[in-house]
Amino acid sequence: MHVIQFLSLWLIPTLIACILLHGTYKRVPTYEAFVEGGKEGIQIAFSLIPYLVGMLVAVSVFRASGALDFFISYIKPFIVPLGLPSEVVPLAIIRPISGTASLGIVTDLIATYGPDSFIGRLASTIQGSTETTLYVLTVYFGAVGIRKMGDALKVGLLADFVSFIVSFVVVLWMFGK
Amino acid sequence: MVNLIWVALLIIGLVFATINGTIKDVNEAMFQGAKEAVTISIGLISVLVFWLGLMKIAEQSGLLSFFARLFRPIAKKIFPEVPPDHPALGYILSNMIANMFGLGNAATPLGIKAMEQLKQLNGQTDEPSRSMITFVALNTASITLIPATVISIRMTYQSASPGEIIGTTFVASLIATISAIMIDRAFYIRRRKKGGL
Repeated sequence: MHVIQFLSLWLIPTLIACILLHGTYKRVPTYEAFVEGGKEGIQIAFSLIPYLVGMLVAVSVFRASGALDFFISYIKPFIVPLGLPSEVVPLAIIRPISGTASLGIVTDLIATYGPDSFIGRLASTIQGSTETTLYVLTVYFGAVGIRKMGDALKVGLLADFVSFIVSFVVVLWMFGK
Repeated sequence: MVNLIWVALLIIGLVFATINGTIKDVNEAMFQGAKEAVTISIGLISVLVFWLGLMKIAEQSGLLSFFARLFRPIAKKIFPEVPPDHPALGYILSNMIANMFGLGNAATPLGIKAMEQLKQLNGQTDEPSRSMITFVALNTASITLIPATVISIRMTYQSASPGEIIGTTFVASLIATISAIMIDRAFYIRRRKKGGL
């Protein structure tokens, strides 16, 4: 635990020092290369805007209209028999769609049931162990101008589903109910 | 498919707004969503400029291809279409390491750079290549060592042990990542059988 915290604190500074020292040693014009690479960053950020606006507006509308809640109540009966506590079902469904919304749900679950309850631990694990699939796809494909997602969405969502089930089993196994 | 999902989200949302009488919330949400998207993109500029600048140095000095070489034995299995020693592998590895340590800010620029390289390998079409799908699948599952945000929420609510979920998160994300690779492989085999890529 302490080792990991130590590592995460020192990883970036160490990495930066390594890159700069190695670059200087190899006689790379470091500052000029940095500026050149940085310029690409601005372009990427701007070209990302339309992709993100389109996706986030659609997700916001879907959520604010009550459609998401309706689908959750519709899907819930299929998921609860798997043994997942019904309180975390909305989280499992929203997690791949919206990062901020799922963070809100996790905070709410932890506040309601306590961070050290089964539900609190499960919600923490679900939130931490997967990424917001829709966001990842939008950003990574959007940044390089890929318009079709191919099988990526299906693969991502299936992996998310596996990850929820695994989270449940692992939390149950490590902490008990 | 994106087109269909996108239109479906919006149209279903609008239909529900009419039925539920939530049209006022929906109007608000639309502009809120657009604003959030721009805020995220603009916020990304700082990290993108900084990390892509640094990584340019690493690319020119050869540090990145050194990383790629370290990663070669596994990469050959997961990304068979990417030539060994290709800088894409260096970016992919750096992206995964950053993700592991919960450094989302550093991970995103590296991932985008990896996608750019993969796109070049794919001859600049606007369809995703096999490697791109694998890479994105890896990222949606992403092995996590330190879920920093969750730990800070747990601290806020006085957990007796905020970090106790590190173990469960790591195991869950590791198994999810392995499953993502297998699911991706299964879809690839299916695509090939259908006669596609």
